[in-house]
Amino acid sequence: MVEPLLRVTGLEVHFPIRSALLRRRTGTVRAVDGVTLEVARGETLAIVGESGCGKTTTGKSILRLIEPTGGSIRFDGEEITHHSARQLSPFRRRMQIVFQDPYASLNPRMSVGGILAAPFEIHRIGDAKDRADRVAELLRTVGLPPEAARRYPHEFSGGQRQRIGIARALALRPELVIGDEPVSALDVSIQAQIINLMKRLQAELGLAYIMISHNLAVVSHVADRVAVMYLGRVVETAPREALFFEARHPYTQALLSAVPEPVPGRRRARHVPQGDVPSPSRPPSGCHFHPRCPHAMPRCAEEAPASRIIAPGHAVACHLVTP
Amino acid sequence: MTAQATLPRHAGAAAAEAPLLSVRDLTLHIPVPPHVLRAVDGVSFDLRRGETLGLVGESGSGKTLTALTLMRLLEPPLDHLPRGQVVLDGQDLMLLTETRMSALRGHAISMVFQEPMTSLNPVMTVGRQIAEPLMRHLGLPTRAAMARAEEMLRLVGIPDPARVLRAYPHLLSGGMRQRAMIAIALACRPLVLVADEPTTALDVTVQAQILELLTELQREMGSAILLITHDLAVIAETAHRVAVMYAGRIVEEAPVAELFADPRHPYARGLLASIPRIERMPPATLPEIPGMVPGPAERPIGCAFMPRCARAISGCAAEPPPLAEVAPGHRVACWNPVHG
Repeated sequence: MVEPLLRVTGLEVHFPIRSALLRRRTGTVRAVDGVTLEVARGETLAIVGESGCGKTTTGKSILRLIEPTGGSIRFDGEEITHHSARQLSPFRRRMQIVFQDPYASLNPRMSVGGILAAPFEIHRIGDAKDRADRVAELLRTVGLPPEAARRYPHEFSGGQRQRIGIARALALRPELVIGDEPVSALDVSIQAQIINLMKRLQAELGLAYIMISHNLAVVSHVADRVAVMYLGRVVETAPREALFFEARHPYTQALLSAVPEPVPGRRRARHVPQGDVPSPSRPPSGCHFHPRCPHAMPRCAEEAPASRIIAPGHAVACHLVTP
Repeated sequence: MTAQATLPRHAGAAAAEAPLLSVRDLTLHIPVPPHVLRAVDGVSFDLRRGETLGLVGESGSGKTLTALTLMRLLEPPLDHLPRGQVVLDGQDLMLLTETRMSALRGHAISMVFQEPMTSLNPVMTVGRQIAEPLMRHLGLPTRAAMARAEEMLRLVGIPDPARVLRAYPHLLSGGMRQRAMIAIALACRPLVLVADEPTTALDVTVQAQILELLTELQREMGSAILLITHDLAVIAETAHRVAVMYAGRIVEEAPVAELFADPRHPYARGLLASIPRIERMPPATLPEIPGMVPGPAERPIGCAFMPRCARAISGCAAEPPPLAEVAPGHRVACWNPVHG
């Protein structure tokens, strides 16, 4: 079997909750609680879920921007979970991130040219002339004119800033790009432009993507495979079409039925769970979804279901679902 | 120019009743030297009893400023800039003194905002915030107002309303806060509810609950809703009619099914095409609208959409097109509309 580009096994990120006064540890937020994922070269894995499900923390801890407290991250066959900053440096070039908010993630005091040249400076690549050429090439790749290099982030619209964010992520020719809600802050007409750009770049550069998003419709257009998270755990993983049309986990089904459809009069029968997502600092016992699940059984409150493979590439963590 | 931005006066079930809210030529031009930002630029629409009108547009289209203008909620120095008429149940809100207006606000017309945490009072209990308009507008004594507040919380689907009544907003989850906000807005059974992105900050499962709640409450109370959103899917499921805004103007207005099936304005058509939909075989690329919304300095004299429009003709640069009726109840502002 071919080693995937990224293999994440049992990843955990637990944050301590400390009392305000004595800083004593009073509890733990299990933001990421045993997540297992794989990403092959050139494919897009989407991680979806609602706020607090741990999808962003998962993405950031894969890049070690947040330190995992347990589990393993293997990139291109090498275990990097405990690498020092120096050992990690070559891997940092190969894995990049694009953030949701292009307003907050670009330094307002640097020109776009400066922002895009910074990765080359940090990794000591090329001389000034060479870097300028590379910056111009990056701008062209993401559909911006070369003059953009002399301008500052505030002179650009949201969609253009996201193009700059993507160009920065591509500077060091990464193999994996993690997009953390990369189109969520953009208007619909601009969102389509950025989705198309990311798909084109993937085809041209052979990139693998981890697309973190709460927007299932967007995900259905970019993902090859989808992992659904709920309160720190992956509840279902499946190829795109199976996830959207043959979902088996009651939470995935609920999530899909809650997505409004842009078709008047075709309001689907809803199986929307009642109530809100519980706080990840006090997740329910057993299966975290059981208090909102229409099919919950006594066992669901007692025992966390293990993930079981029910079809090739399709895994579900639910006591109701048997292969 | 002969075509006028007049509203349909055709006979029919919907038109038989006079509109509850009638907005005519609403304008908010903000001087931003050396330019003038035409934030709201001659907006006209009607809203009937029990009806939901979706006002949809992208950021900067002027949809939120339209709402704040008609609610008379603009802060100085913007508050003296609006022009036009906002006739609610026979009286023009634009002509009222602030005292008279605040007697109507929260009573005859009220508003729900996107971010409930910034619009709820953090140092007042939820119950008190619902009871306050009941005491002020309807003259209910405290005890009766609090009882009604508890009833409202139950109505908006808050579990354990007696406890939430005495709670402060920060103790509630996002979805519960938005429910509390709706309870406040609807406590006096307003004729018109203006809901500005009421579900945008919420998770999708909570959004579905809130939209269902709004629809149910509307059925029960007969309020008219002006639903402002950037999300066409929310409009498709919730609104009866839609008005699409672009650069401060309504560019197309139609019954919801008609607008989705047969959009005539190139912008409305492009916007609908660019929404990602969940389908078995998604297209390799999503249809895009090229370019972006023009800034205040770049806005053309003619049609504001012209620079991005594939159907632009020579006349488009000269003058903005008026909103003209192309079918009963279907109005389009375009010099070269798509023919259905």
